[in-house]
Amino acid sequence: MRGSSVADVVVIGSGAGGGTVAHVLTGLGVRVTLLEAGPLLNPARDYKEHKTPADYPHRGAGGDAESYFGRKDFGFFNAPNGWWEIDEEPYTTAQGTQFRWFRSRILGGRTNHYGRISLRFADYDFKPSLLGDGIGADWPVTYDDIAPYYDKAERFIGVCGTREGIRTAPDGQYLPAPAPRVHEVLIQKSAARLGIPCIPSRMAILTRPHNGRPACHYCAECGRGCITASNYSSSQVQIFPALKTGRLTVIPNAMAREILTGPDGRATAVSYVDKTTRTERQIRCRVVVLAASACESARLLLNSRSSRHPDGLANSSGAVGRNLTDTVGYSLSGRIPALEGMPKHNSDGYAGGHLYMPWFGLEKKNKEFPRGYHIEIGGGYNMPMVGSFNGVCRAQEGYGAGLRKAILDSYGCTVGFAGRGEMIPNAGSYCDIDPHTVDRWGIPVLRFHFKWSDHELRMVRHMHDTFASIIEGMGGRVLGPRSLDDPSRAISAPGAIIHELGTVRMGSDPRSSALNQYGQAHDTKNVFVADAAPFVTNPDKNPTLTICAMAWRASEYIADSMKKGDL
Amino acid sequence: MDATRRSLLRSAAVAATLGQLDAQTMQHVHQHAAEAKRQGNGVYAPKALNAHEFKTVVLLADLIIPPEATEPGGTGAGAPEYIDLLCSGSDRMARIWQGGLAWLDAASRTRFHSAFLDAAPSQRTELLDLIAYRRNDSPELGPGIEFFDWARRMVVDAYFTSPAGVKALGFQGNTGMATFQVPAEALTYALKRSPFGAG
Repeated sequence: MRGSSVADVVVIGSGAGGGTVAHVLTGLGVRVTLLEAGPLLNPARDYKEHKTPADYPHRGAGGDAESYFGRKDFGFFNAPNGWWEIDEEPYTTAQGTQFRWFRSRILGGRTNHYGRISLRFADYDFKPSLLGDGIGADWPVTYDDIAPYYDKAERFIGVCGTREGIRTAPDGQYLPAPAPRVHEVLIQKSAARLGIPCIPSRMAILTRPHNGRPACHYCAECGRGCITASNYSSSQVQIFPALKTGRLTVIPNAMAREILTGPDGRATAVSYVDKTTRTERQIRCRVVVLAASACESARLLLNSRSSRHPDGLANSSGAVGRNLTDTVGYSLSGRIPALEGMPKHNSDGYAGGHLYMPWFGLEKKNKEFPRGYHIEIGGGYNMPMVGSFNGVCRAQEGYGAGLRKAILDSYGCTVGFAGRGEMIPNAGSYCDIDPHTVDRWGIPVLRFHFKWSDHELRMVRHMHDTFASIIEGMGGRVLGPRSLDDPSRAISAPGAIIHELGTVRMGSDPRSSALNQYGQAHDTKNVFVADAAPFVTNPDKNPTLTICAMAWRASEYIADSMKKGDL
Repeated sequence: MDATRRSLLRSAAVAATLGQLDAQTMQHVHQHAAEAKRQGNGVYAPKALNAHEFKTVVLLADLIIPPEATEPGGTGAGAPEYIDLLCSGSDRMARIWQGGLAWLDAASRTRFHSAFLDAAPSQRTELLDLIAYRRNDSPELGPGIEFFDWARRMVVDAYFTSPAGVKALGFQGNTGMATFQVPAEALTYALKRSPFGAG
């Protein structure tokens, strides 16, 4: 059956991009076949958000003690979601550079576990030339082009938050935000004294019943997956419902190898490996949408070589694989005496900060670095886990009643800050095909090249000073050195924040970009990219909501073009 | 599990599919998960450690986190079983514990002419007081300090993830809640003690 018929649209990947495309296209009457490189998901079996360490003899450390020796995934309790290293699917890094590439091989991909932070990009994020710093390129779309699709995405998936009127954090369509936790109120007050706004987070979590899904029950373990689908995952919120339309076919364990093209250069079929049998299959189609994740989509295009496309599909510009960025990450914690001895209570809420700090330095002149960062906050009485008290043990040492008391006294009295900043694309950060290595499926693997520039390192120094000032402003003490000696050792490892993007850039000029404003290949009209690969900038806002909005817009364009007979 | 609970769970499963799940039902799902883990235990037969090693871990676990009044310490919280289980699943972990325990016995014999288990309580604490602090690092004590770091960390992990440890911490979360609210007394307490004052 497969291979004999022609699918309308083949979508490769089932995360935020692929899930949105499947949802929108099937809703518009288009038949979609979705290839997922991993297995199907069964939330009832795969999600552990209502389990505790005591439910397992190994307490979540893993029977082989992996919590203590380096993990193979995000940890025993988290949603099945992959890891930076997958034995059967390696990648390489060029000598002297470092990059960690997170892959998720499961229906829904990283949306099963991600932080649910749902921030709109600002006007200047799409058009950095507005800032006049002379750095980087503009998108071929503006905020006003995308705003209606942010509206659609937010209304559909459900996002809580508040409208604040801050340029660096454009407002959206929000469900009510939950109350802040105690430590968050203190942080908000300390930030206010420094002139830093601290506002309710925008999260893809339902604070009231929405579109047939129940409201959050505040068990605080969203990262483990949500059995009630009260947060957004493409698997539960888009793909399962799309299957009910009868217009979606999901093929699991299907690792895309190559996009095949005809003599006219147009895509005709997708070649993939059925992982369960290690056999090659082909599926013919009118349109291909790559949503395999930024680097995987770039890899697939680079591996789709033909006489018409000698450097890979959609790559006459040479842009495929270039402009690789990840978010700039830096974290710092503090001990807050005001919280010591506080009456214990359930501080769970949803997973992640109920408040966050959007970028606060847009108007500042003579900045040490371009662009900005936002600040995420942590703290509260979290579920005790293996490793929760490593820090206290290391600081306190000793044993006996004194150690026990030190741990009890510390519980809930630490706050954490995580900066998430914009990386400027640079010529030294890209991926290409490793000429010597294939994965278990025989597919040539990616080789990464990466470097942070001084922009990012100076930003990390600024993050440190800001976090330390907030901690001290609330009467707290910085845990670790007060001054940051070497930002290059403190900045997150490239790829660690899992916001890698930019590798199949969109643009209005086909000589310098691979895709047009709809994610459609300049060279090959029936090939689209709908993950974060098309992004021109990697602003200080987590990419998932923008992936959904851009994919929604691309899907409407695809359906419309198919109806008109253009595709 | 009683019939009421069972029917609640069944209706919870149905409600979840229909997208209607109230917080009270959710709470029952959580209680069920908590109950399901409680099983009758016989005497534990170590899988990776020998009888002497296991007995030494039993002793160490209660020295690291001592029992308090009616509350169990590290041993009662299951630390020895946890450690043995992980040793049985990881050669690297087995090496750390078996090697570390052998070092502890050798060091005890050198000082007190008896294995750690057979040394007097004051002798045991004398030795632990040396290896429980990085500042005592030396070629002689280094391996013991390294081992004790693991012992402390893993007994702490086992204790504070056990029901006794969770109770001592006062963790009240991971339950169903209809609305998220912070108790006013907690907020007032923290604000009063902060630089911002009660206001």
